[in-house]
Amino acid sequence: MARASITADNPFYRRRRIRNNVAMSLSVIAALLGLTWLALILGALIWQGFGGMSLQVFTEMTPPPGSAGGLLNPIVGSAMLVGAAILISAPIGILAGTYLAEYGRYSRVTPTIRFINDILLSAPSIVIGLFIYEVTVVPMGHFSGWAGILALAVLAIPIMVRTTEDMLLLVPNELREAASALGTPRSYVIRRVAYKAARAGLITGVLLAIARVSGETAPLLFTALNNQFWNADLNQPIASLPVVIFQFAMSPYAEWQDLAWAGALIITLFVLITSIIARALGATRGSK
Amino acid sequence: MMPRDNGSDKLHAKVEFRKLDFFYGDSQALYDINMSVYENKVTAFIGPSGCGKSTLLRVLNRMYDLYPRQRAEGEVLLDGENILADRQDVNLLRARVGMVFQKPTPFPMSIYDNIAFGIRLYEKLRKSDLDERVETSLQRAALWSEVKDKLGSSGLSLSGGQQQRLCIARTIALSPEVILLDEPASALDPISTAKIEETIDELKKDYTIAIVTHNMQQAARVSNYTAFMYLGNLVEFDETSTVFTSPKESRTQDYITGRFG
Repeated sequence: MARASITADNPFYRRRRIRNNVAMSLSVIAALLGLTWLALILGALIWQGFGGMSLQVFTEMTPPPGSAGGLLNPIVGSAMLVGAAILISAPIGILAGTYLAEYGRYSRVTPTIRFINDILLSAPSIVIGLFIYEVTVVPMGHFSGWAGILALAVLAIPIMVRTTEDMLLLVPNELREAASALGTPRSYVIRRVAYKAARAGLITGVLLAIARVSGETAPLLFTALNNQFWNADLNQPIASLPVVIFQFAMSPYAEWQDLAWAGALIITLFVLITSIIARALGATRGSK
Repeated sequence: MMPRDNGSDKLHAKVEFRKLDFFYGDSQALYDINMSVYENKVTAFIGPSGCGKSTLLRVLNRMYDLYPRQRAEGEVLLDGENILADRQDVNLLRARVGMVFQKPTPFPMSIYDNIAFGIRLYEKLRKSDLDERVETSLQRAALWSEVKDKLGSSGLSLSGGQQQRLCIARTIALSPEVILLDEPASALDPISTAKIEETIDELKKDYTIAIVTHNMQQAARVSNYTAFMYLGNLVEFDETSTVFTSPKESRTQDYITGRFG
């Protein structure tokens, strides 16, 4: 029997080609829709944010309603809160991730710890804020920067546990065996070889945690609260960019609304730049 | 198993396996292994994939200790001392019994630091002494002339064959008594393989070497003794020339002539 040659008007082929085109068009439309919203948000931020942007924003305190001012106290407050939260959470997160990937890799409790960490990772941040409020603000009797730092640290830890574990699991086991074969003690293998091989990934994890917590508002509302004035005392309530944006954007005063837009632009650019650095570091690791 | 005594030079058993059984969890990988690895000789382990030759090598430096559910039973004597005993410090054992793996595994650091890494674990040397140790190690691994001008560049920047010789240099920098080579040339091209074999030839004057290989010609070229393993059993162990020319066991004969495996 001669083999029938398959041509373009083969009915199965034509039907499949039509379906393929429909599926592809729908995917492209969905992708464009998603990107459109992102572009609109960034566009609105830049349009409105640059309007309120000036040198004053970085040099003056938040003003009373109806007068001009800047965002110096919330910018410094955010830097202090996020910086201290990362200083506290990075060692804990990295060491816990190290346990999961190295010492406890074959342990039976490891999957359980990983599961709990994943729950913590996706826990609503307002719940974490409420918890810290209960355990710190209520017994202390007042809101404080330390409470805010604690809330942000609790949010940052599971992120770093996860990235540290993932990055250490990417380090080939042959490398650990080779180091062990020289008679290297376990802790030394981890610090001198595994950390070194995973360094870019570990830094990426810390940067991603910074990007994540620096935009958090809900946990700060119950903890660090806000402060209209300059304050660097972490025992007192302290201003932060997200909370000031929240307060000013909801206000009826035009000056405050402009400052809220400027603050939103600052925080978005900061998160964007941090994420790009994290991505770039991750990419250099991948290409090696 | 004992090879025939060739009478020419006295053999000293550096390592003795006595009734060694090995288990991965519930499945047994080695059955009642009894044999010796002789001092300053090259002993090759051959056999089809999964026959237990790499497992046997990993018992010698207790590499299996890194993993739970892997265990060895019986005795392995290194200079008469049972290394499977609980009191044996595994890190000290691994400093005496070095290992080079199938895949080159340079550490993510400079060529110099790759070699100095192991030395620094045990000795605090002056810079000039450390430099000298690094140089002699690289020379013995036949890598010095290729890397002497770029000791500061990453070990990962070397070619596969050079990386493997870097790993050999790293191992001999600790002056181990026994060197284990687990298919050290199977991932390399023929030219790099030849260089590795020359290095092995050079090293056997001072070290006791155990090598696992899939390459029959390699076993015949580099080794003094050959052990043929099959399904976790030691089938035949004798001088290499005997194993390859007049094996006693038909299974050995079949394997080396390519009839199975």
